[in-house]
Amino acid sequence: MPHRIEKDRARFRNIVRGRIKKNLKKYITQGELIGRKGKELVSIPIPHINIPKFRHDPRQAGGVGQGEGEEGTPIGRADGTEPGAAGSGPGEHILEVDVPLDELAEMLGEELELPNIEPKGKKNVVSDKSRYTGISQTGPESLRHAKRTFKRALLRQVATGTYDPRNPVIIPIREDRRYRTWKTKQEPEANAVIVYMMDVSGSMGEEQKEIVRMESFWIDTWLRRQYKNIETRYIIHDAVAREVDQETFYHTRESGGTVISSAYKLAKQILDQDYAVADWNIYFFHFSDGDNWGEVDTDECLKLLRNDLIPPANLFCYGQVESPYGSGQFIRDLREHFNEEEKLVLSEIADKEAIYQSIKEFLGKGR
Amino acid sequence: MNLTAEMAAIKDEIRAYAIDYGLDFFETIFELVDYDEVNAFAAYGGFPTRFPHWRFGMEYEELSKSYSWGLSKIYEMVINNDPCYAYLMKSNAMVDQKLVIAHVYGHSDFFKNNLFFSKTNRKMMDVMANHAIRVQRYIDRFGHEVVEDFIDCCLSIENLIDPHSVFRTSPESSEQNGAATNEHPVERFRFRSDKEYMEQYINPPEVLKKQQESWAKEQESKMRVPAEPQRDVLAFLLDHAPLQNWQYDILSIIRDEAYYFAPQGQTKIMNEGWATYWHSKMMTSKILSDSEVIDYADHHSGTVATSPGQLNPYKLGVELFKDIEERWDKGRFGKEYEECDDYREKANWDKQLGLGRQKIFEVRAMYNDVMFIDAFLTPEFVMEQKLFAYEYDAGSGYYHISDREFQVIKQKLLFSLTNWGQPFIFVEDKNYLNRGELYLKHRHEGIDLNINEAQDTLHNLQKLWSRPVNLETVIGGKKSLLTFDGSEHTVKELDKAEPVKAE
Repeated sequence: MPHRIEKDRARFRNIVRGRIKKNLKKYITQGELIGRKGKELVSIPIPHINIPKFRHDPRQAGGVGQGEGEEGTPIGRADGTEPGAAGSGPGEHILEVDVPLDELAEMLGEELELPNIEPKGKKNVVSDKSRYTGISQTGPESLRHAKRTFKRALLRQVATGTYDPRNPVIIPIREDRRYRTWKTKQEPEANAVIVYMMDVSGSMGEEQKEIVRMESFWIDTWLRRQYKNIETRYIIHDAVAREVDQETFYHTRESGGTVISSAYKLAKQILDQDYAVADWNIYFFHFSDGDNWGEVDTDECLKLLRNDLIPPANLFCYGQVESPYGSGQFIRDLREHFNEEEKLVLSEIADKEAIYQSIKEFLGKGR
Repeated sequence: MNLTAEMAAIKDEIRAYAIDYGLDFFETIFELVDYDEVNAFAAYGGFPTRFPHWRFGMEYEELSKSYSWGLSKIYEMVINNDPCYAYLMKSNAMVDQKLVIAHVYGHSDFFKNNLFFSKTNRKMMDVMANHAIRVQRYIDRFGHEVVEDFIDCCLSIENLIDPHSVFRTSPESSEQNGAATNEHPVERFRFRSDKEYMEQYINPPEVLKKQQESWAKEQESKMRVPAEPQRDVLAFLLDHAPLQNWQYDILSIIRDEAYYFAPQGQTKIMNEGWATYWHSKMMTSKILSDSEVIDYADHHSGTVATSPGQLNPYKLGVELFKDIEERWDKGRFGKEYEECDDYREKANWDKQLGLGRQKIFEVRAMYNDVMFIDAFLTPEFVMEQKLFAYEYDAGSGYYHISDREFQVIKQKLLFSLTNWGQPFIFVEDKNYLNRGELYLKHRHEGIDLNINEAQDTLHNLQKLWSRPVNLETVIGGKKSLLTFDGSEHTVKELDKAEPVKAE
């Protein structure tokens, strides 16, 4: 019995998934999902799915209630908590649906047409993983599903009248037998590390940080699906850089100047310490408003990028968030010096709407 | 039946009390189930199997969520079937189980004896299982998407049935009567005249012509299908819509199930009130042990709790039954009582008739919610129970209490119960404009339809009818026609004189 309802539930979830996918762009740019993230599930609010019927307009109908109150006492809002008439009135409910992060990533991938990432070099090891997924009428005896087989046999015997409740002997015949079937899934065994760097200098406002936060969330979601083992490191910098935890990364507000090279140096240090280039797929994401302090430092950055950061990395992504204060010079410098470099991806993010496109630019290369 | 020995003994005890009190029920089979199962049963409307459809999955999802968040808990489910099946939640405390068992016997008695349930199929458990298998076969054959989409369309109009039709003994066969005459239309009205010169006085040509015209019109309306507006839209579609066999079968399944569930909607207040009346009677006078009183009181008060916006059918029903019992016990009915002007005399009116019990049994057999409220709601009751009418205030966006006047409340309440508070929709014509278009009419009773939703419904209906579909209704006081032709929605005002140019 529960089995049966699970099927209906799965159908319902499919429909929900369709809705979410349709509105994914909205969810990406609204950012409210991040707050709803659990360990493996995201709870997404969607409008209640109704089967349309001919119904009265509830606002005209009114109804009868019970309790204290003078004439004119308000008893409920029209949106959301609608007072039901005797029986139950149809209201616009909001439905909360839990969606596994994996699935969300998959939708994201389909929606943005992101290619699957090919892990670099020899780490391109794939392991087969088998999972029992269904029931079939043929298969090896070792996988025979005794309970299902028994049920089929019982059903057949009852139907043909050969079942005797006083002597309940069930003899399965060939057609009754049911076997487990499995599917083999290939899973890349690769490991990856993501280093997020964010400029928290005075010119990066709340809105800019919100953009970074949302974009990182989606990048994280996507990469987590691609790699089995993923580590994330967070660096914030103004004139000096330091490594922080996720919480701090998103919530600090520093001020001061911008010395980008400080972050790059720290990134290099982390890499040298913890991640052997041969064993890890390495991703850098750096977000800034591009207002670096002086050409000297920019030169320093370019050098670090060229010699230490880009060569070991799968991708180095630089996202420049538009800010009312910044000059945005840095991205132009990068463009000028690394025109040919495939591993360096540059993206300008003007506002929340642009996140969608930016994710596509970053992850669209399949590296 | 999988009751524990202890519970089986309790069940037998309660069953004996119920019989003592005169309840007359189907044999009732109790099953103990866990929360997950009870949620699944509830999503399926109480049945262990229903045809596969996502809507049940959605309901299950909601019930499970709301249970796990501690917002709601289902104590029991009971099915109108012979034998009657009842599911008890395993986790209920023993005192709750007692209450629930007594409650279930109340329902079972109601199912068996209430007139409006008399036409329901008492083997619905089997029927539902058959429906499930049939639909599953169509799914296997035609694919999930196709069948599910079709079911969506059918469910969209599942409320367009005529709950009274089951009580009509002879189905409308009147159509046949008129069609037989094959007389020549001119001869039909001509009086016989032997003298030719009298002809134009006996049969004046202009009168003849008029008669012919009106006859032709009458014939035409007889030719119209349906001859009379038909409320059972589902039956009409089964007869006239261009459906494939499997579609026909599914639509008829939906219709059968809608008719099965209809009486439950028609007697919600009475049914719950009746069951609540009996559980409280049996619990307080027979079953409860001293140690259980507090828990019982707690649970019972939860059952009959009211919140301002909602009318609790348990509460309203049980209070009305109690009120009726008291009135008939004390003889507070009839001409003499009605005409008594003395307030004090009325308040102390007691003729010691003791007819209360008999009366409520009669009421449970013969009434539905509409009749129940219409006959037994009294101004005293409305005042005592603090009922009020509410309305929507567009300015504040709130519903607010609008009235405490007896007549207003009664009228609103009756309106919300009539046809389950849903609009009356009739089929008027299957060949509108002589183009095979379906013409439905909404009998407007002061409240507009929710137009967006109506259009979505037309959209689904059109998939069944395949030619354009029309719905006549009133929008903001203007008679209007909603049309969906398969690709586009239109709304136009009817009865509007040709646009007159401003002078």
